[in-house]
Parts: sequence; structure tokens; C-alpha cells
Amino acid sequence: MKAVHYYRCMRGIVWREALRFLNQRGRFLAALVRPLVWLLIFATGFRFVLGVSIIPPYQTYIPYQVYIAPGLIGMIIMFQGMQSSLSMVWDRETGSMRTLLVSPLPRWYLLVSKLVAAVIVSVLQAYVFLGIAYFWGVHPPRLGYLPVFPALILAGMMLSALGLFLSSVIRQLENFAGVMNFVIFPMFFASSALYPLWTVQQANERLYEICMANPFTHAVELIRFALYEKFNLEAFGVVAGSLVVFMVLAVLGYDPGRGLITRRGGAE
Amino acid sequence: MLDLNTEAADGGAAGAPAREALPLVVEGLSHSFGERQALREVSFKLGRGDRTMLLGLNGAGKTTLFSLITRLYNHRSGSIRIFGWEIKQKPSEALARLGVVFQLATLDLELSVAQNLYYHAALHGLPRREAGVRLRREIERVGLTDRLREHARTLSGGQRRRVEIARALVHRPRVLLLDEPTVGLDVASRQFLLDHVRMLCREEGIAALWATHLIDEVDSAARVIVLHRGRILAEGPVPEVIRRANASSMREAFDKLTGERGE
Repeated sequence: MKAVHYYRCMRGIVWREALRFLNQRGRFLAALVRPLVWLLIFATGFRFVLGVSIIPPYQTYIPYQVYIAPGLIGMIIMFQGMQSSLSMVWDRETGSMRTLLVSPLPRWYLLVSKLVAAVIVSVLQAYVFLGIAYFWGVHPPRLGYLPVFPALILAGMMLSALGLFLSSVIRQLENFAGVMNFVIFPMFFASSALYPLWTVQQANERLYEICMANPFTHAVELIRFALYEKFNLEAFGVVAGSLVVFMVLAVLGYDPGRGLITRRGGAE
Repeated sequence: MLDLNTEAADGGAAGAPAREALPLVVEGLSHSFGERQALREVSFKLGRGDRTMLLGLNGAGKTTLFSLITRLYNHRSGSIRIFGWEIKQKPSEALARLGVVFQLATLDLELSVAQNLYYHAALHGLPRREAGVRLRREIERVGLTDRLREHARTLSGGQRRRVEIARALVHRPRVLLLDEPTVGLDVASRQFLLDHVRMLCREEGIAALWATHLIDEVDSAARVIVLHRGRILAEGPVPEVIRRANASSMREAFDKLTGERGE
């Protein structure tokens, strides 16, 4: 198996995902409704409630919707990442996963390719969101739109790998509502997505530590800094490290010999 | 891998275990889901050009067997070898030589016929241009060249199945697995598939394993494996299996072997 086979395989998987996205524009746009509701309504309502001080990477006082925009981008890629990785586990019995898994390339590589393809689509969604947010007063520096790309890819891969790992090993996460309640909401609220963590620290030191240990916090900060043309080494380290750990666990958890089907008692 | 794919047509690839050139060898394969034992000590061989019908009632273990051969889950006992490559140790070499038509429909209905086939070719690492040549040939052989650009959704059930066979052959496998491929098809489509696979075995030496619960699909020129409650009850050329069972037809042989009435 040569490198060129690997390359062609991943290109094919990404190409298919892109084609499906082109054929399903409705679903693509529907996924943008949730973060837009947060931005257009929630952020407006809270605009003057929260006093936001000057914190890096910002160099001036910023309105609330500017603060939460990176957090909402994080929300987009977390939702998409979780959704795509969950469907990979639940759909294992269905056609698309079966045809994927008879490829002679290693299973871990197929899973990674599939995640890359889904992340690329979610990154497109993040850019569309940023485009809309521009008309709502979110004006990051023009060049910030470039470095945010690798930040989004990295954060998206990390969150997708987490989703794949969780859904492979935790049987109870059998529907998306469970994942919303036990994974997405806790990770989203215990992070720097909606409020700067110094406000959390003043209120509750323990909660602050939890927020700091939350990889989603670092994903959001990596995106936030990148969007303002800055590199946050700590956030990068945590996100990259988490990606490696979650990916290894996910690939091990996806072992077909120990998968959901076997444990469920199987279907003939 | 792709070079191997063609060179290894008869198991002669460098590095392949020399003593074994058989397309598919299953030995002592058992599998259970919790308490329920789905397969017990299943062993059989497929030779070059063999067309073998895997006959069993629903729940006999056919789909489990196919899931193990296609590595959907790992087998924990026994062995599965494709041209000598154990699927657990050398999955890449084994899967490169294997084509599969699944029981459930697996075409991506959002994509066109050609896009479905290109996607499959990419999964096998084929370059796009070569994939184009090969898929045109395969789609022509199933008589659907004029439907290449159309969405898979617009095809009938029989046409979709034909596309799936064409897709399973794009990477030129030497072993073809078909899991109840005629379920839900009309008589003409079923006959087309049977004839097509017959031709593949005869003219290209492909070894085919065709799972079915329909005794009518087992013709006397084929080999048959009778699978019942996870065990193989008989294996061999159809006339021989009938003779050994002291029966006059495959239907009678099946009933005698299993003690149940087949369809």
C-alpha cells in the first residue's frame, strides 16, 4: 500500500462528502440556525449585562457579540463533529459504513479520512457563519480569516475524535439527546465560549479549574486568538494533545471485535 | 496493492504464502453474540472459478459469516484466508482481492451512478483515469451505460443491484461475495444477476460465494454449502450433495438435511 493510494482514498472520501453537501444545501444551512439564534438574539439581550474587560487577544473593549463569536464557531464545529462521528458508530450496520470498511486501507485511516471530510464541511459552515456575523458587528482583522482555518481544522478534528471515542465506548450515548445533555452542553457552558474565565474564577475557583481542564475551552481560545492573528501556544498544545489521545482511544474503541454490535447481542 | 491485485490473480504474488493459492479458505470458524452461537466450527474452501451457493434459512448464520469475511467484526477463533492472506493479520492484501455485494442497498442515493463508482474506486486507491475506464467497462456489462450520469435514486431496485455488482468489480477482485443479492427483485433482474455471476466465474475465474435462502437459485452446475443454525450440514457440487442425502432434488436434500422445510 503506497502513499499515493492513501492520498487517493482520502481525496475520494472528502470529494464524496463535498458532493453530498452540495446536494443537501438545506441541511447545511439549517445547522447554522442554532449559532445564529445565539448571536442575533442571546448576544443582543446580554449585550449590556456583562461587563467585558480588555482581555487578550482583544486590544480594546468589545461588545458581547464579538466576544461570543469564536465560542459559537466552536459550537458549530462541535455539533457537526459530534454528529458525524456518532453517525459513524450508529451507522456501522448501514450501507455507507460497510462499503467504506471493505476498503483495503487500514481502518484507522478510513476513520480519520471520514472525520477530515466532515470537519472540512463544518469549517465551511463556520466561514458562512463568520460572513453573516460580519453584518452583526463582528469585524475581526481581515487577515485573521486565514490563520483561523488551521485552527478550525485542528479543533474540529479534536472534537470529532472525542465524539467518535465517546460513542464507541459509551453504550448509553445512543441518541443525540443524550450526547447533548451529557457532553455538548456541559462542555459548552463550562468553557470560555460565553464568558471570559476570569468571571468564573471570581465566582467559583473549582468551576474555573474544570473550565480550564475542558479541551473545548482551549479549542475556543485557539480559534479566538487565530481570528485575531495571534497564536495561543497553550491552547494549541492542549488541543493537539487531546486530538492525539482521543484519536488513539477512538480507533481502539472502534475495534470491530469489541464494537456495539457484538455487545448488543448482534443482529443476523 | 493494485499491482498485486492483478498479478495475484492466481495467488502468485510475491510474499504470499506459496502452498495456498485458493481464493477463499475458511477453517474452524466460530462466532457468538453473547450467549447465542451464530457460527460453529464452519470450514469450507472456494477454488478458482467456483460458484458456490451458500444456502440457509434466515438466521442460519449467513450474514454473520459475511460480516466476518468482510472484517466488519473480527473473528476470535478459526481462520479466514483469501489467497493465503489471513484477514486478521493481512487485511489489506485480503480485502484488495475481495468484492462484496451487501444484502442491504448500499448505493449513495444522493450521488450519481458514476460518482458512486468513482468513490468506490478511490477507496481502493485507483487513479481517477483508470477508474473511469474500468467503471465504464463494468457498467456496460450490466447494461446501464446510459444511466451513468443519473442519480442513483432514479434507478429501479434491479438496476441498483446491477450497479452494485459493477461497483464490486471495479477493483478487479478475485473473490466475489453476494449476500442475498436477489431479495426484492423481479424475475428478470434475478435471472440477469444469476447469469452475470455465472459468466464471471466461467470466463474470468472469479470465485463467487452467493448467499441465499431460495432453493430455486441453486442450479445443478453450482456448488452448494448448506448452512443451518450456524453449522455446515453439507458441502460440494449440487448433484453430489443430492446423491449423498439420498434425495432426488436439492429441495428434498435440504429438507432431509435440516429436518425443516425450505423455501
